[in-house]
Amino acid sequence: MADLDTFRSETRSWLEANCPAEMRTPPKSAFDVAWGGRKAEWASPEQKQWLDVMAEKGFTVPTWPKDCGGAGLSKAEAKVLKQEMRALGCRPPLMSFGITMLGPVVLEYGTDEQKRKFLPPIARGDIRWCQGYSEPGAGSDLASLQCKAERDGDDYVVNGQKVWTSEAHLSDWIFCLVRTNSDASKHDGISFLLIDMDDPGVEATPIELISGASMFCQTFFDNVRVPVNHRIGAENAGWTIAKKLLQHEREMLSDPGGSGSPTGARKRGTLADDARLSLGASEGPLPDTALRERIARLELDTLCYKATLTRSADGAKAGRGVGPETSMFKLYMSELNKRKSDLRVRIRGANGLGWTGEGFARDDLAATREWLNSKAESIAGGTSEIQRNIIAKRVLGLPD
Amino acid sequence: MSLILSEEQELLRDTARDFVQEHLSVKAFRAIRDQDVADGFDRKIWAELCELGWAGIPFSEEVGGAGLGFAELGVVLEELGRTLAPTPLLATVALGGTAVALAGNETQQKEILTAVCAGERLLALAFQETPRFNPEVVETRAETAADGYTLTGEKRLVVDGHVADTLVVTARSADGSVGLFLVDAGAAGLSVERTRMVDSRNAANVRFDGTPAQALGDPTASAAVVDEVLDRAMIALSAEMLGGIQESFERTLQYLKDRDQFGVKIGTFQALKHRAADWFCEVELARSIVLMALRGVDDAAPNLPQLASAAKARTSDVYIQSGEEGVQLFGGIGMTDEEDIGLYLKRARVTELWLGDGDYHRHRFATLEGY
Repeated sequence: MADLDTFRSETRSWLEANCPAEMRTPPKSAFDVAWGGRKAEWASPEQKQWLDVMAEKGFTVPTWPKDCGGAGLSKAEAKVLKQEMRALGCRPPLMSFGITMLGPVVLEYGTDEQKRKFLPPIARGDIRWCQGYSEPGAGSDLASLQCKAERDGDDYVVNGQKVWTSEAHLSDWIFCLVRTNSDASKHDGISFLLIDMDDPGVEATPIELISGASMFCQTFFDNVRVPVNHRIGAENAGWTIAKKLLQHEREMLSDPGGSGSPTGARKRGTLADDARLSLGASEGPLPDTALRERIARLELDTLCYKATLTRSADGAKAGRGVGPETSMFKLYMSELNKRKSDLRVRIRGANGLGWTGEGFARDDLAATREWLNSKAESIAGGTSEIQRNIIAKRVLGLPD
Repeated sequence: MSLILSEEQELLRDTARDFVQEHLSVKAFRAIRDQDVADGFDRKIWAELCELGWAGIPFSEEVGGAGLGFAELGVVLEELGRTLAPTPLLATVALGGTAVALAGNETQQKEILTAVCAGERLLALAFQETPRFNPEVVETRAETAADGYTLTGEKRLVVDGHVADTLVVTARSADGSVGLFLVDAGAAGLSVERTRMVDSRNAANVRFDGTPAQALGDPTASAAVVDEVLDRAMIALSAEMLGGIQESFERTLQYLKDRDQFGVKIGTFQALKHRAADWFCEVELARSIVLMALRGVDDAAPNLPQLASAAKARTSDVYIQSGEEGVQLFGGIGMTDEEDIGLYLKRARVTELWLGDGDYHRHRFATLEGY
């Protein structure tokens, strides 16, 4: 315990000395946090400076081993770091799919050489990664993917198409599921490849969404050569790794205020305050009683969901392992977020109907876009229907 | 306090589960119902249950209790709820006993709770007057008399009212304040009429006609205490309901795995899988909020009224959902009295409306939150 206390005071003074004042205010949007990469655009010099000092210290990935760019901290120490950062109001220095999704599987399945090659650039924010999983013909049925990698000497030659590759146009490398054996059953012919998007055979084009945003791309591969030693795990054993990675993704997506819900951290009035303003109502019970009931229902559901997260965390703390309740997190969180986004627009009435420009406050426009964006929550990372299939099979043991 | 059971609490749960399976199974509940037992429960089993110390779980060691909390009481209530066990534990300990512990003076606590812990006295809490739960309506009058008070008025849905040795009653004094009063069974001007409930739970309508009563603690200072008692009652009831929710879910899930139609188990159908998965989520959410509310009592959580409403709203909705889904998924057999699942639907209905259903508690929660 004494060691932990020492670590806490050292960490606090280090953060005080090294975190620029500009990085101690809450991020206004996901763009106020650095995502790194060769094409990174820095919101301010301090943002870059903050990332560099944190990376130097290994604090962008505190629990990773030192030779992989981390600080080799224990879970308890990493928690202290998080607490001290929160106490000072420090922004996360770096967010990336490399940290939350790829890193953990490279640590688990990669060779020592792969760890040393791929992990430090993730930790420093030098390389930005995106995920190449879905294809036009392989969405919920991901394992039917067709993007092909054929062996040619020490390389694979990759041909095919990926879709819903988040921020592919801003990324440097892509971790991909590819078919390396077309004769085997669909789950047994998949491999996990790391591909440099600088290759002229790779092309990423953004897709415009219903919200007007374009954070997803279509990514095409035309005779792209990938060295065999850029494959994680054994050939045709990629499905196990893919599932593991999806677990990390779902954990990220079901963490309220985590990077899956960047707007979760934003400070707002309560739904009831917004409703009061929007209805022009004074104190007392909201006059629109059905709306009031809807708000109460959402708040109560959120309270129950948070209680479930706490219960799960308490179980883990007590060494009870992962309880069956964790399987519902992604499903319930995404449906909750959708309802919340919907309710925000509903409450705003006419103010929630703007698309762009004059006549609407920034917050109101953002609420409208967020409502549209939120529809992706129950689709990305495994649809809600797929989550129900998983619960029925894995947790409830219902027969196929 | 942690939201998972400690080793001691798990041990208590296992003991309770064994005892309940042996002595208080659904079969035992059916026997009490079908034989129309006058008390509505088995006094011999109740005595054994008290010997295990369950009647004294949340009370201090000075009065013969175990000095534990609602977390432990909840563990036992959940197990009792699983089999619809007919015992006066909820009414005597969680409702009446809690009222005495919160509002009673030292002498009252010592006398009444000692008898409760020893299994020598049964209590009931009489608070409801309107058909639909609305605790703000208290028209029962308390008037000062030479030797204490007299009560005049009527209460309904007094669970275990027909067997209670002492009734704890909410009543309004001349100055308009609502307080708690004690009435002994057999007091003059007291009439207790047992009601046959749809779920075969034991309850009564109670009438007071100038009935002699004693104030529980200071009746003018206990308006807030009445709310505190009801909060705890809601939370304890939610724990019992959680047991019924879990059991009806598990029984239906098993049926999906056993029942053949179209040459396959009906659990292979995706339409049913998805319903089961959604139902599972609801059961888990109910468990979390019940555990949080039980611990909220023990930790004196500042938002206990909100937690009470959150727990009761959830368990009310999910228990009814469980009863309805259960009967629907069992199909024709679910409509028969022979199959147990229908018993859970009936218990769900009564416990849902007792102490406020989901609609009531969402309204209350919004009010507590100031909107």
